Amino acid sequence: MRQVRIDKSFHSLFFLSALVSTFAVATIAIFIFIEGLPALQSVGVGAFVTGSTWNPPGYFGILPMISGSVLSTAGAIAIGVPMGLLTAVFLAEIAPERLAHTLRTAIELLAGIPSVIYGFFGLVVIVPLIEQVFNIPAGNTTLAGIIVLAIMILPTVITLSETSLRAVPQTYREGSLALGASKIFTIFKVVIPAARSGILTGVILGIARAIGETMAIIMVMGNAPMIAGLLQPSRTLTANIALEMSYASGLHANALYATGIVLFIFIMLLNSALLYLNRKKVS
Amino acid sequence: MTSLVSEQSIPADRDQSADLSAGQNKRRIQDNIVLGLIVLSTVGTTGILTWILWHIVSNGIAHVDWAFLTTNYTRTGSTSGIWPMIVSTLYMVGLSLAIAAPIGIMAAVYLTEYSKPGSKIVKLIRFATESLAGIPSIIYGLFGLTLFVSTLGMGFSILAGALTLSILILPVIIRTTEESLIAVPQSYREGSYALGASRIYTIWRLILPNALPGIITSIILCIGRIIGESAPVFMTAGMVARIPNSVFDSGRTLTVHLYKLTTELFSISEWNQAYATATTLVLIVLGLNVLTRVISKYFKAK
Repeated sequence: MRQVRIDKSFHSLFFLSALVSTFAVATIAIFIFIEGLPALQSVGVGAFVTGSTWNPPGYFGILPMISGSVLSTAGAIAIGVPMGLLTAVFLAEIAPERLAHTLRTAIELLAGIPSVIYGFFGLVVIVPLIEQVFNIPAGNTTLAGIIVLAIMILPTVITLSETSLRAVPQTYREGSLALGASKIFTIFKVVIPAARSGILTGVILGIARAIGETMAIIMVMGNAPMIAGLLQPSRTLTANIALEMSYASGLHANALYATGIVLFIFIMLLNSALLYLNRKKVS
Repeated sequence: MTSLVSEQSIPADRDQSADLSAGQNKRRIQDNIVLGLIVLSTVGTTGILTWILWHIVSNGIAHVDWAFLTTNYTRTGSTSGIWPMIVSTLYMVGLSLAIAAPIGIMAAVYLTEYSKPGSKIVKLIRFATESLAGIPSIIYGLFGLTLFVSTLGMGFSILAGALTLSILILPVIIRTTEESLIAVPQSYREGSYALGASRIYTIWRLILPNALPGIITSIILCIGRIIGESAPVFMTAGMVARIPNSVFDSGRTLTVHLYKLTTELFSISEWNQAYATATTLVLIVLGLNVLTRVISKYFKAK
């Protein structure tokens, strides 16, 4: 009898622990929405999202920050995905196992480096490099952000692509090679298409990481709240929150939470894309 | 007739094979170009990593010495060590783990040992854990600032920071612990139950000890995450650069310190401090990486 009661109470304890993450997600969402809604109400959702002037406490338009987040993320994907995918092809299909193992260790390390280190490297190496190459007075630009983000998403893209490339059945390759196709042809026409959904998952997680990154971006992108251009300073949604939250109050603070809502919605869209992909994989 | 056919077909064959070999050549050149790109990307990826590590360590290592690690920090520059930041970081790691590790491990135990797989509640918990993992860290910062710092009145404090980070690392602990629990063979459980052991006894004496290497690895991963985070930390724990008196005091972690230093890179000494702080962080990350490897190797050997 006593045994049963002990087992039961542990059961409830474990169950409550498992519920903590559910409770946390709900609380986070509720807090961000409750604090952000006043700003959306007083500015108007349309004006808030499409307004091109951010000048608290008078003007709250976050189009510049949306453009900064979208441009830097798109640029990072354009560089990071091809580079990551080709590296994954090398690791999964070409490199001998020992070399692949060593390189994988290095890539894991790349994933564990704090984002301020990437930001610092960007600030002391990439920003001056951009100044020199493009002959501009200040290298703190969207381009610097793109390069730093591209490096930061590499581990995600590589790891997920490699795993899904390795999961492609060996018979696919043998069939293609038996038909006289070359190894490279086989990789690009047979193996990569077969691993498509896993690679896409990597790309989506890469986008999520790039959109969510804050500190590295603040350190290299110049943070001016204006519509983003490649060789101009620009500010992202995340940077907007981190830079101003410490001194904001009233409607200004609400507007920063509303920026958080927009960011939240971006991430939720990406999550739905992931769910959709996984469901397709299962069926 | 036959000879006629063959005489006619020979030149035709020759033409075809010439065509074929031209095509093969073209394909071979294409293949080599693509192979070149593949190798270039791999060299690029690993090259960048080497470049980052080399640039930071080679510029910073000369300035990392005992005095740097163990003295206080003052804005005026009379002392410019990172001891307060090291203490704050340790506080943050210890407290965050103390909060998140038990909850995360118990949640993983529930998911693998108690729940019916595929039930609605499990799906909900899985979905929530995945969503939690996807939320950008700045949102955690906003949340922690509102709930812990203001609403619950903790102010900028190590405690508020650790509570925020413990939610942030929860998905990592749950997922990796789950994996190592699943890896414990089913026959262990069956054997234990067959001998009449209770469920909690089986979990405590059999399943958890067998999953220990995986759990330790997940905790080291979390230590890396806690040390690496910066945005949610300065929004909740603040950035006061002195040794915190208690967990209710504000503190500045190493990453936040590096960020602060980069906003004021004016003199040579500030540059050196930034490089030295960055080097310290890189060495810690390298150390944790080696530790994970040693642990998994040690347990595999056993």
